[in-house]
Amino acid sequence: MSPVFYILAAFTVAGGLAAVLLKNTVHCALALTVAFAGLALLFLNLDAQFVGFAQILIYIGAVAILVVFAILLTRGTETPREGVFSRSWLAGLVIAACVFSALGWAVLESARALPHETAVPSVTVHDIGAALLGRYVLPLEIVALLLTSATIGAVIVAMHEKGSAH
Amino acid sequence: MLAAPVSTHALPAIVDQVFILFKDWLVSFLPTSWRPAAGVVLGVIAIVCVFPALFALTTVFERKGLGRMQNRYGPNRVGPYGLFQPIADGVKSLTKEDVVPLNADVMVHFLAPLTLVVTVFMGFAVLPMGRNMALVSLDAGLLFFFSMSAATELSVFMAGWSSRNKYSLLGAMRAVAQMISYEVPLLLSSVAVVMISGSLSLPKIVEAQSGYTGVFPHWYIFTPWGLASFLVFAIAATAETNRSPFDLPEGESEIVAGYHTEYSGFKFALFFLAEYLAMFSISGIGVTLFLGGWSAPLSFLNVVPSWFWFFSKVMLSIFVFIWMRGTLPRLRQDQLMNFAWKFVLPFTLLNLGVTALWRFMGEGWARWVVCSVILVGVYVLMGRVGMFKKHFGPRSYRYAE
Repeated sequence: MSPVFYILAAFTVAGGLAAVLLKNTVHCALALTVAFAGLALLFLNLDAQFVGFAQILIYIGAVAILVVFAILLTRGTETPREGVFSRSWLAGLVIAACVFSALGWAVLESARALPHETAVPSVTVHDIGAALLGRYVLPLEIVALLLTSATIGAVIVAMHEKGSAH
Repeated sequence: MLAAPVSTHALPAIVDQVFILFKDWLVSFLPTSWRPAAGVVLGVIAIVCVFPALFALTTVFERKGLGRMQNRYGPNRVGPYGLFQPIADGVKSLTKEDVVPLNADVMVHFLAPLTLVVTVFMGFAVLPMGRNMALVSLDAGLLFFFSMSAATELSVFMAGWSSRNKYSLLGAMRAVAQMISYEVPLLLSSVAVVMISGSLSLPKIVEAQSGYTGVFPHWYIFTPWGLASFLVFAIAATAETNRSPFDLPEGESEIVAGYHTEYSGFKFALFFLAEYLAMFSISGIGVTLFLGGWSAPLSFLNVVPSWFWFFSKVMLSIFVFIWMRGTLPRLRQDQLMNFAWKFVLPFTLLNLGVTALWRFMGEGWARWVVCSVILVGVYVLMGRVGMFKKHFGPRSYRYAE
């Protein structure tokens, strides 16, 4: 673990914590973007260029914008009077701990499952493209179908609203 | 770093690589272990100096050019022919009071111009500005460029939201909606180039176009799919940089100045700088993808250094930007969105199919005919159907008659 990793990790965790703890919802969204950027930098630190840049393009360029739009189009950005802490925080904490331990277990086990990876594998964008359209073409198509149906659904929802308004 | 040693020591080759040789000479004074880092720092310094200098020149040329198109003089008081106007503007914006609205979100208001300028500058890192003259040669260079240009949208939103001004917020929402809508055709038109050249690395894309048939170059713009992609790219790039006729986000007759209404002094200058830098970088990427990057337009012109051609092409594209600003009226918001989603996007998707056809039909004249006929036919058909739906009658003038 290099010092760069620790700096990036601290940056990412700070962004994530700020996203949860800040009062103003837009500030939370912006802090979440910092966490996304930290994750992208972690990927780049691991020499995973494609994933890192895709993370920036999709999460900072699209998801963060979407979150911000959703906040602005739904309700005020000020903190509600009753506070931001939900009443079911204990259940949330338990679920979060379960998810975290499952993910942590999977990550720690992966070192044992792939014991022969000694050298850093060099994966070019070309290899990723070949894998996506070769071995993994079916999952890719399923995701594409899912996204298309989601888009059509969104269009239908918007059309219905427009029709009933008149 | 792409610092291949220059094998031939003929004069054109030396002039071509003069900046690389100069950098290597400067770096050679340092211990060996420092050299790569020092080389990168020198490259960054060059980028941070050259493009703002071009920005200063462009502002005065733009004002002079617009003045000419609008039958007036433009700036002509500071220095010969008003050439020192940018210096006066710079001093003015540096010494102006930095006004922050009372209700503004101070931290976000402060960070927005900074993050905008930083992300815009990052895009220049992968541009090949001449033979061996890319600061970093990434395997996924094109993806890096687009991820950086996508990251600018959030800064625009930050500026508009933190100002606590309805015009700022409206401008920011317009800007973000417009940038997201036109990012799709921008990316998809570049995908066509990636499909043919088989690489996301910008130096490799330039290399793929560097051949000549007779004296004429193999640029992608001289193919049916390339021309179609280039036109879509140019339209989307204009929208992406918020330039006229797509300058709704700062439409001064409607929403004062859009997302930078509440910025003054040097922060406003940073927004101004970022807009022009975005123009330079998107022109640079367009030149790299479709106009052969740094390669010469005719084979016998290769004695002229490669960086000269790159910057000439970029400045030509800037001139077209200015020309369009002086010529075209601003679009309406609904026209902007309809155009993006109902015309540009379907046409770009069709162009991707045509590009695949071109790729698999092999050499010969048949693919030229088939691809051209499909593209022109669909263009005309889509235009006719769109016009028919609008029920355009004879033009009528409300006040002029």
